[in-house]
Amino acid sequence: MKKKRISVIDYDIGNVKSILRALEKVGAEPVLSREDKEILSSDAAVFPGVGAFSVGMENLRRYDLIDTIYRFVETGKPFLGICLGMQILMEESEEFVLTKGMGLLKGRVVRLIVEKSCDEKIPHVGWNKIEEPEEKRWKGTIFNSIKNPSSVYFVHSFMAQPSDPADILSTTVYGGNAFCSAVNRGNIYGCQFHPEKSAVTGLRILNDFVGLIK
Amino acid sequence: MPHNIRIIPRLDIKGPNLVKGIHLEGIRVLGKPEDFARNYYKAGADELIYMDVVASLYNRNNLFHLIEKACEEIFIPLTMGGGLRTISDIEKALRAGADKVAINTQAIKTPNFIKEASRIFGSQCIVGSVEAKRKGDSWEAYIDSGREPTGVNVLEWVKQMEDLGAGEILLTSVDQEGTKKGFDIDLMKKVADRVSIPVIASGGAGSPEQINDLIQQSGVNAVAVASILHYNISSIPGIKDCLNRNRVEVRM
Repeated sequence: MKKKRISVIDYDIGNVKSILRALEKVGAEPVLSREDKEILSSDAAVFPGVGAFSVGMENLRRYDLIDTIYRFVETGKPFLGICLGMQILMEESEEFVLTKGMGLLKGRVVRLIVEKSCDEKIPHVGWNKIEEPEEKRWKGTIFNSIKNPSSVYFVHSFMAQPSDPADILSTTVYGGNAFCSAVNRGNIYGCQFHPEKSAVTGLRILNDFVGLIK
Repeated sequence: MPHNIRIIPRLDIKGPNLVKGIHLEGIRVLGKPEDFARNYYKAGADELIYMDVVASLYNRNNLFHLIEKACEEIFIPLTMGGGLRTISDIEKALRAGADKVAINTQAIKTPNFIKEASRIFGSQCIVGSVEAKRKGDSWEAYIDSGREPTGVNVLEWVKQMEDLGAGEILLTSVDQEGTKKGFDIDLMKKVADRVSIPVIASGGAGSPEQINDLIQQSGVNAVAVASILHYNISSIPGIKDCLNRNRVEVRM
């Protein structure tokens, strides 16, 4: 069978080596790209990213990738934002200054809230559990093959707050509060954590993502 | 007690080999680091630490290539340390595939290095590495893999590292390191009480019970283990089972 070709969108934001290797590991053919044609013709796209929201948006504009991403999402092919890549899917972020995002999902990005009574820190770094928000929510999604709950690896200080609860694919408890750790609407997926650093669980998630390709 | 205690195999590297010493000295060659790393990943390690034990001494670092290869098959966070002296060294480490870097010698020489590095790369990827040796009622920080005393007080230094922007402290007890005789719990507890960033305790793990004692008594967030695994005294599942039985939260 021909390998599924997956574009990993290249906009100079963080290390993409692990995600490329992890996609290879699950049998896909990842291509690091910022070319309109390459991205639009691939079977699925991964939108990675680490760092500041405004820098991410700036780089997307500089490489003229915003329209490419809108057009890709319209094709209905699987699309996965990771970490900052998930946050940028939202309408806006309050990181440093209020910055507009891509608005593919309704809602905003805010600083993690840690209760004073908890001794947990920001950034939230390390392994934590993702939980299914309601029964059967994970069926047929990128979380189809993992257990509820499952441990995955996080590094972040901000969180997405979708306005439509139906967009929440998983929640995670940190600092005394539950936050949205993954989103999904149609073919659009986003993970706040790093599947490429989450051992076997992460590889299962990526494998299911590749499996969504029709 | 902190949540989600991490078990982190520590791979001391000299040239192409995995080595292990006692008190960070008298090192013995154990084999290929790739084989050990792969096994630990498969056995459920939460992260891995790669430490070039002669880099500081000879002013070089052999780990870049090793990390690059590791990224092809190991999908957990990797920390790289030993001889990283400049911002461009850190950039190279991260580009090779490291998620975090551990800094000791250069931080002591120019503390602002930690500040600059954490501003550029984010606190989450800067680990302040401290080699502590007991001196009377206190502890002194050492550099160059436990070879050189610095006169710096460990309890003051860890707080300064936190203030400069380090995201974690890797705390190695030179006295216990490689002895398998248990941790310097007094040191670990004093440091964990002093800073609010996570502390990784290193040096002395010889049995799962000793690791449990450390976690129950000190408040550290993670444990770096070497001899206990390299010499097959226990395994990662063995350590995690023991912790789990004692109601310590670990990733199973």
